[in-house]
Amino acid sequence: MLFRIDTQALESISDQLVYQVKAAIARGELVGGDRLPSVRELARELAINPNTVSRTYQRLESDGVIVRRQGAGCFVREGKSALSKRERDRRLTELVEKAVTEAVHLKFEPEALRAALERQLEKLERERVSNEESESKGDRRA
Amino acid sequence: MNTSAVIDIRNLERRFGAKEILRGLNLQVQPGEIYALCGRNGTGKTTAIRILLGFLEPMAGEARILGVRGAELTPELRGKIGFVSEGHQMIRWMKVRDVLAFEKGTRDVFDSAWAEKTRARLELPQDMGVAKLSRGQRAQLSLLIAMAGNPEVLVMDDPALGLDAVMRREFLESMIDLLGEEGRSVLFSSHHLADVERIADRVGILHDGVLRLESSLEDLRTRVQRRHVRGSGDELLASKAESLSGVLAVQKKRDGLELLCMDLTPERETDLRAKLGDLSVPVPASLEDIFIALTARRGERRSDEDRVPLQLSGDSLSGEVQ
Repeated sequence: MLFRIDTQALESISDQLVYQVKAAIARGELVGGDRLPSVRELARELAINPNTVSRTYQRLESDGVIVRRQGAGCFVREGKSALSKRERDRRLTELVEKAVTEAVHLKFEPEALRAALERQLEKLERERVSNEESESKGDRRA
Repeated sequence: MNTSAVIDIRNLERRFGAKEILRGLNLQVQPGEIYALCGRNGTGKTTAIRILLGFLEPMAGEARILGVRGAELTPELRGKIGFVSEGHQMIRWMKVRDVLAFEKGTRDVFDSAWAEKTRARLELPQDMGVAKLSRGQRAQLSLLIAMAGNPEVLVMDDPALGLDAVMRREFLESMIDLLGEEGRSVLFSSHHLADVERIADRVGILHDGVLRLESSLEDLRTRVQRRHVRGSGDELLASKAESLSGVLAVQKKRDGLELLCMDLTPERETDLRAKLGDLSVPVPASLEDIFIALTARRGERRSDEDRVPLQLSGDSLSGEVQ
């Protein structure tokens, strides 16, 4: 996957990277078992502090998104989430709460919000299917 | 006193004639940390570094590196410090290979094999005269020389000064490459905020002779926020706002005041509301927003012109070799 960072952004570089990895997994661009670049590789590629990459990977690991294998590197986690059902429920509630609150402030009706959520899920599904297709054709990841 | 700090600057003061440059600078760099010292041109970044390395005497306070004051640095300790000077001074008539040989001769530790391998990787032509190298190549050579001594701590005075965008990126990449994985401590001064954002663990903003702000870059966004106070934004209110705890800087705007706040606790917020009136919700601030708010002269209008010092404006290029 291609990472990109914006030094003018209001999110920290580490926040940006964490989000990009999660988004790539949601789109199916990264799948369970895929190896992430090493700390050094990614630091060099993006010209950023290796400590930042290392912190990003630690955060992804504690969120159960990736696993570290000693000496082998970091891999996208396969199978179920490392987080407990309870923790996952808690996070989901928090996210939905945030989204609903913001949508209310933007003066959207509940119906519009439901539709937007549905559209986003469909978009992800389409991207996932297209990533799977290109993978089966063997042209994934030049 | 924190004795684990690799660089420990306490209450450092320095005047040149009547001009006060440093007025009580405090700064500590912890082992393995990359620390960026930022400030506008002429704010004393170089002065602090010169004192730290023993090239200049302080008038009060002290600056220690590897536990000792600059004046007490032994050749052995100096060998543990890599220094990249502003403008990357080198002997003009030498070729790249001569420079490497010369540097080896001046130091106890100088890994020639590593230096040669790295020179080749950076594609610095060994038969080229130093004067013919581009600024970017000179910066890379200068970094290579500093790192060939396998230093415990690296001090760089505005290493990217005078480099264009491409050279700067190449320099950053070689810096990340050469620093290696083992946590080496680095202090570098800069006014390229995008570089700082990429490279630094911690940032200190020097203005008016003191650090106006210091924070890890990771925490910066949660610790610092902007708040707007609607109203006439008169001078009296602005001065009052400036003196309140939690307020770092105040800028006058058309329709009121913009406060730059740090570590604004609920108690401090209540206090601000009581003294200044209603506050807006927090607005996040980027490093550039913070830098401008802290270092623009009071009343200096925030326009594109004022951003020039942050970009490299092409002035004061001291990159000529001597």
